[in-house]
Amino acid sequence: MADIFKPEKGTQVLDAVKWAVSNKASLEIIGQGTKRGLGRAVEAKAVLDMSNISGITLYEPEELVMTARAGTPLTEVQAALDDANQMLAFEPWSPKSIYGAEGGTVGGMFAANVSGPRRILAGAARDHMLGFKAVSGRGEDFKSGGRVVKNVTGFDLTKLMAGSMGTLGVMTEVSFKVLPKPEKSRTVLLFGASSETKAMIAAQSSPYEVSGYAHLPRSMAERSSVDYVKNAGQDVTAFRIEGPAPSVTVRCEALRKLLAPLGESVEELHTTNSQALWAEIRDVSYFTPEKQIWRLSVTPSEGPEIAKSLNGEYVLDWAGGLIWLALDPSDDAEVDKVRGAMQSGHATCMRAADAVRAKIDVFQPQDTALAALTKRVRAGFDPHGIFNPGRV
Amino acid sequence: MKMPKPDQDIIARRSEIIRRLQAIVPGDGVITNENELSVFECDGLMAYKQLPMVVVLPESTQQVSNILKACQDMGVKIVPRGAGTGLSGGALPLADGVTLGLSKFNKILDIDLDNRCAVVQPGVTNQAVTNAVMDDNFYYAPDPSSKIACTIGGNVAENAGGMHCLKYGLTTNNLLGVEMVLMDGDVIRLGGKHLDAGGLDLLGAITGSEGLLGIITEVTVRILKKPQTARAMLVGFDTVAAGGNCVAKIISSGIVPGAMEMMDKVAIDAMQRFVDSGYPLDVEALLVVELDGPEAEVDYLVERIEQISKDVGSTFLRVSQTEQEREQFWKGRMSAFPSIGRISPDYLTMDGTIPRHRLPDVLTRMNELSEQFGLRVANVFHAGDGNLHPLILYDANVPGDLDKAEEFGSEILKLCVEVGGVLSGEHGIGVEKRDLMGEMFTEDDMKQQQRLKCAFDTSGLLNPGKVYPTLHRCAELGHMHVHGGKLPFPDIPRY
Ligand SMILES: Cc1cc2nc3c(=O)[nH]c(=O)nc-3n(C[C@H](O)[C@H](O)[C@@H](O)COP(=O)(O)OP(=O)(O)OC[C@H]3O[C@@H](n4cnc5c(N)ncnc54)[C@H](O)[C@@H]3O)c2cc1C
Ligand SMILES: Cc1cc2nc3c(=O)[nH]c(=O)nc-3n(C[C@H](O)[C@H](O)[C@H](O)COP(=O)(O)OP(=O)(O)OC[C@H]3O[C@@H](n4cnc5c(N)ncnc54)[C@H](O)[C@@H]3O)c2cc1C
Repeated sequence: MADIFKPEKGTQVLDAVKWAVSNKASLEIIGQGTKRGLGRAVEAKAVLDMSNISGITLYEPEELVMTARAGTPLTEVQAALDDANQMLAFEPWSPKSIYGAEGGTVGGMFAANVSGPRRILAGAARDHMLGFKAVSGRGEDFKSGGRVVKNVTGFDLTKLMAGSMGTLGVMTEVSFKVLPKPEKSRTVLLFGASSETKAMIAAQSSPYEVSGYAHLPRSMAERSSVDYVKNAGQDVTAFRIEGPAPSVTVRCEALRKLLAPLGESVEELHTTNSQALWAEIRDVSYFTPEKQIWRLSVTPSEGPEIAKSLNGEYVLDWAGGLIWLALDPSDDAEVDKVRGAMQSGHATCMRAADAVRAKIDVFQPQDTALAALTKRVRAGFDPHGIFNPGRV
Repeated sequence: MKMPKPDQDIIARRSEIIRRLQAIVPGDGVITNENELSVFECDGLMAYKQLPMVVVLPESTQQVSNILKACQDMGVKIVPRGAGTGLSGGALPLADGVTLGLSKFNKILDIDLDNRCAVVQPGVTNQAVTNAVMDDNFYYAPDPSSKIACTIGGNVAENAGGMHCLKYGLTTNNLLGVEMVLMDGDVIRLGGKHLDAGGLDLLGAITGSEGLLGIITEVTVRILKKPQTARAMLVGFDTVAAGGNCVAKIISSGIVPGAMEMMDKVAIDAMQRFVDSGYPLDVEALLVVELDGPEAEVDYLVERIEQISKDVGSTFLRVSQTEQEREQFWKGRMSAFPSIGRISPDYLTMDGTIPRHRLPDVLTRMNELSEQFGLRVANVFHAGDGNLHPLILYDANVPGDLDKAEEFGSEILKLCVEVGGVLSGEHGIGVEKRDLMGEMFTEDDMKQQQRLKCAFDTSGLLNPGKVYPTLHRCAELGHMHVHGGKLPFPDIPRY
């Protein structure tokens, strides 16, 4: 068993990394380890458990900003935001359905750039992360960004840290933007769309500011907990409308009119049902535990056709730009078929047994020049490759 | 402001360098004569001027790649340039450097309404992107005041903002992909029509990198459907603090207006005198707030903001009743620069960001500084996101005035950092704020940032002397200062 360091303050994180650097020992960085199934399993000399570097250090609701230590549980962040009627607008998914573990930490959420359905309107985790403090693989403290939204002061290392999967540095503190919860949330459902591609394009080309576009083929819709969706008996395409009450009413009505000719019928979900449906979509709760899961980010208008061509179970989010694909287990997760189906974009194997993930490129391989550049960027932060070796 | 010392050896090899460039870019694409070069001698930071050694205007990615390869070969520095509207000297030429202009990259390559994006060359102006999709009721959201002139490539390099960035985000939030050429000639593509590039977010990292990481040769941006309606409000206050308070109340009540601008008395007067915009002359602070969306939403939010304004004691309130009136309300703010130009021979445009609630303090301190330096200051702010644009009025013909103005500017930016803000919200560091970077960052912070540059540009030839006060060689930055001996197991709670 690897040693587990569990630092309680930032200086101890620095000590642990300095030790690792000087001993050429590798470290697996974890928050609560809820997303360990993402990327390859890491074999490191020691585990750096950040869960005790915890606590919200600044929350100014009227400034729409929060700063929290990296190990702060998301439940704590969520509770504080709920109290002030605010939210993380990028709608991070819970690792529950995919990895079976609940929770997660602030550091882990940003390191994995976890973003949900509202990403299409409000941006991803990376768009909301404002600044951070971290320890590099050189054993040095460094920071970038700040606590304000507008900032062009030096290179934007903040974006780089978001989604870096712990391969550049150990984040100790993160500042991020928070937003008021919408007053009201409703969802227009289109049943039996004659072309979900056309329906989603029509809604996107409308001025109604749809904050979520998803498509559930009939067999997936039947697994929903929302009766209107479950009992539809056909494919369901969902469009979420949020905002001040009078605006939501008007936009829903207009959207229903726009969509009605594009399928069999339309329905509307009210706040409670609407929230339940988008939580399911966000957390990808439709697939059974034995399935291998892929996440494909593609050109939105091509999503539906790509998804169909892959002969698996799937759900579309981001107006077709995000395909959640579930395949029967195989020893290579059908990697060639999956990546072969896309012209551009990227596919990530989100869930498969350790042995399968060890065998394949979990993340999309890059062309030579880009791969070389990525390698040089990493080396600038972690020259000895001590952080999460092998994970990406 | 000191620039790196020109390399006399390079200057001596000028004709050889010109020949190599001419072999790559035939015809009029290589500019060598002094008259024509003088067009490029500065950007929007006009206090600094320098003739470039040569200007090259390539028209294909292949040419850009060949130029960079050749220059890396010869050890020649490159300064990328869009329209040269930058306000921090990012495109300031180097005496021993080649200015690489993107003006011939002026084509719109693909408009894909189904995927709400446009693929354009970097020399296309910001406004031209909107113009290209306007007939279909789409637009490109980031709207710097310089949008008629500035290029998309320059916008990416500066992470440009604008009035409507409060609701719709900065360049970085509206950018889907780029093609870019590295100093060694490698061509890379980041992102595309899909969301979130795979791998490290290099797209995010190159946005706002001020031409230090690579030459952007193609850009894919998100375009948005035009809102159904928009209305603007003018709200005036007796004190700046009351105006700041109103902004805070609007935001904390959950409203994110399309735009929310504020100006102080000096600015209001100058603008209203320049063009009749309906601004009251008897207020200390004025807000221009724009709401956009479906009519029902706009009407509802206008009402709520009217209520908030009254609650915080506004002394003036007008809501646009027609599209014409909305445009009128914006006229003054849109012509901030020429209006100030009318009341002062010269001015410096500052650009810092602060946490919104510190606005009243910062303004008080700024007024004290104004007295101390004996220079007037006019203030326009992107109030919603705390981005300040103090305009320092001075007269370049008065000896010592520019120095004083610059010192005043530095003090304002230090103040921004002191209250938890940053040195630049949208204009970039360039040469202008380069020597202030130490106010925000430690030596280690800056070295870590420069290691990113080394990954993109090992030779350090791309736009040197900008952004970072000290130039470190990449080999030096790669050096590890770790204990020779192994450190003992640290004393940390373990399991
Ligand atoms: C006649 C009727 C029709 C319903 N139709 C739907 C439906 O189409 N989709 C759905 O998801 N749920 C529907 N419901 C269920 C009901 O909206 C939920 O159970 C309610 O509790 C949801 O509250 P909310 O806060 O989520 O709704 P909100 O969206 O916040 O709605 C605000 C209020 O309006 C009421 N309301 C909403 N829709 C109707 C309606 N069509 N007629 C009368 N009152 C209404 C709600 O009960 C709630 O009190 C309907 C209920 C009734 C009695
Ligand atoms: C009147 C006026 C109003 C302004 N208002 C605003 C405003 O509201 N908001 C705002 O954000 N800015 C504003 N600006 C500043 C300026 O317009 C922006 O920074 C703009 O993005 C610069 O674009 P440009 O094409 O002129 O770039 P340039 O000035 O030519 O270059 C800017 C930087 O980008 C680099 N660069 C340019 N093109 C490329 C490329 N293709 N590849 C790599 N690097 C490149 C240059 O090396 C330089 O460092 C204003 C300027 C003026 C003069």
